[in-house]
Amino acid sequence: MVEEEGFRRYVAHIILWIGIAIVAFPVYLAFVASTQDNAVIANGQMSLLPGGHFFQTYYQTIFVGTSGSTREPVGNMMLNSLVMALLIAVGKIAISIISAYAIVYFRFPFRMPIFWLIFVTLMLPVEVRIYPTYKIVADLHMLDSYAGLSLPLIASATATLLFRQFFMTVPDELLEASRIDGAGPFRFFWDTLLPLSRTNMAALFVILFILGWNQYLWPLLITTRDDMQTIQIGIRKMITTTDALTEWPIVMATAVLAMLPPVLVVVVMQKLFVRGLVETEK
Amino acid sequence: MANVTLRSVRKTYPGGFEAIKGVDVDVGDGQFCVLVGPSGCGKSTLLRMVAGLETVTGGEIDIGGRVVNGIEPADRDIAMVFQNYALYPHMSVYNNMAYGLRNRGMAEAEIKTRVEEAARVLELSSMLERKPRQLSGGQRQRVAMGRAIVRQPKVFLFDEPLSNLDAKLRIAMRVEIRKLQRRLNTTSIYVTHDQLEAMTLADILVVMNGGQVEQVGNPLDIYEKPATTFVASFIGAPPMNLMSTRPEEIRSQLAGSNAADAGILGIRPEDFVITDDVPAGGVALPLTVEAIERVGAETFVYGSREQEDQRVAATPGELPPGEVIVRIPGTQAPAIGAKIRVAAARAKLHLFSDDGRKRLEA
Repeated sequence: MVEEEGFRRYVAHIILWIGIAIVAFPVYLAFVASTQDNAVIANGQMSLLPGGHFFQTYYQTIFVGTSGSTREPVGNMMLNSLVMALLIAVGKIAISIISAYAIVYFRFPFRMPIFWLIFVTLMLPVEVRIYPTYKIVADLHMLDSYAGLSLPLIASATATLLFRQFFMTVPDELLEASRIDGAGPFRFFWDTLLPLSRTNMAALFVILFILGWNQYLWPLLITTRDDMQTIQIGIRKMITTTDALTEWPIVMATAVLAMLPPVLVVVVMQKLFVRGLVETEK
Repeated sequence: MANVTLRSVRKTYPGGFEAIKGVDVDVGDGQFCVLVGPSGCGKSTLLRMVAGLETVTGGEIDIGGRVVNGIEPADRDIAMVFQNYALYPHMSVYNNMAYGLRNRGMAEAEIKTRVEEAARVLELSSMLERKPRQLSGGQRQRVAMGRAIVRQPKVFLFDEPLSNLDAKLRIAMRVEIRKLQRRLNTTSIYVTHDQLEAMTLADILVVMNGGQVEQVGNPLDIYEKPATTFVASFIGAPPMNLMSTRPEEIRSQLAGSNAADAGILGIRPEDFVITDDVPAGGVALPLTVEAIERVGAETFVYGSREQEDQRVAATPGELPPGEVIVRIPGTQAPAIGAKIRVAAARAKLHLFSDDGRKRLEA
């Protein structure tokens, strides 16, 4: 039995390693390509070991950009993406936690209809309402701005629902104890609900940050100036299909750089993230 | 220092359900009042109305000479201990106790004095920096008490504070609460469904049923002279034996008193003795022993009467018709299946009207 246990574990590990290889190989390939000379890649003779152009390529990518028509340093694109992703994540959490608080803890006219209205917007993703949204943003003169990039994406039914579910598990006695302790609605929210929602907020932040970071369609529509473009748009624009030669090392370096912030967020917040998703004990 | 007076207090929920149907209670300054009753009798609702957590739909609640009907819980000068303690899980023990004081804008030095004093009394001094989840049930309970004490309120409200503790701890905490209340001499209202807790803690006992007060009074008076069959069977464990006076067997023994009007006869298990003599004016019953519980100091004998009894007004803890519990010293134990005769003296009989709502003097 012991041998079989060992054997099974061996098989399980092999399967896991194969899985990791399948996921990691393209990433590795992108990294290797970013350290090679463009001519080598263009010839189709790329080695599977990193080349010697690491510093040169990454310096050019971050601070200079491609030598083609869209000369925009990737450093700036990353800043745009970061600002957009942070605004979306923080904004979504702030708005939805407040609306969930209102829906769960206050009795006001049309409370349930309003809740259902929020719920129904789940059926209307950005793609569906893209024309009216664009029109509104354009009328408000928010094209080519951080506000235009993030504001329309901030309202979130999903996050509101998540916080609503969480608030409903908070014992009523906590609210009652707060009332007896002289804490009004604002104090209860700030002193008790927010600290209790910490892990939930962290989990949501991770998910929403990645969601914001990976936005493609919306930034594509509303940014026209090169200095406002996000990294996801930037990559696409670097790949020229017509006259010029695509600078693959720079494209690959950009791809690697684009992966880093989400990875970083997950790694840093992993502990809180997992707790926020699985924690049931209050 | 305050009286709490409830004047025909009512609570009707929006759906039309009447949870409290007019309650009058007067709790004197420094007294310990216990509201007791089966679940759903409205005792917790009543307490929450005193706290201000439920609105009052009729009548007046008066704390220390001030009608508080429309006043926020925080401004009623009360402190409440909840059944599940309701400690703030993210705050340390110290902050849990200090929170209410900070919200009132008390100086930090004064808060520190009060919290440390309360912690010393409750033996929590070494745990002030811990979070509630690092404490045992009994310790959490004490923190909840501490949170109430530091406020130095006019009234303490307890909502079944001991029901989440194990039996041994419950008894210890019960004594603690009583001692603490005596020392602080703060008016207290305490809700429980446990009649033993109610009997041991109360200065004034309020027995509730179905949103109404069944009886108010000193616990021993209530035990000795229950006003209704509900109170008779709710207070005292095991419950009082209730039987109809209709059968000839009982009616003949009660003849020659106003017991003729009575519909229900009650006898406490501890008032029976196993004897062949019938005390003058008393009642004797022949029983067949069905089961015996020996708990050491005493023995409970479950016997069935020869004649099937007709059912008596429904009450909690009610015995099956025809079954009688007898409580005898632990040294005795009749054999199962034995035929015995038990008798109770005239002074020990409780007589009630047919519907069980009125006590008659024997």
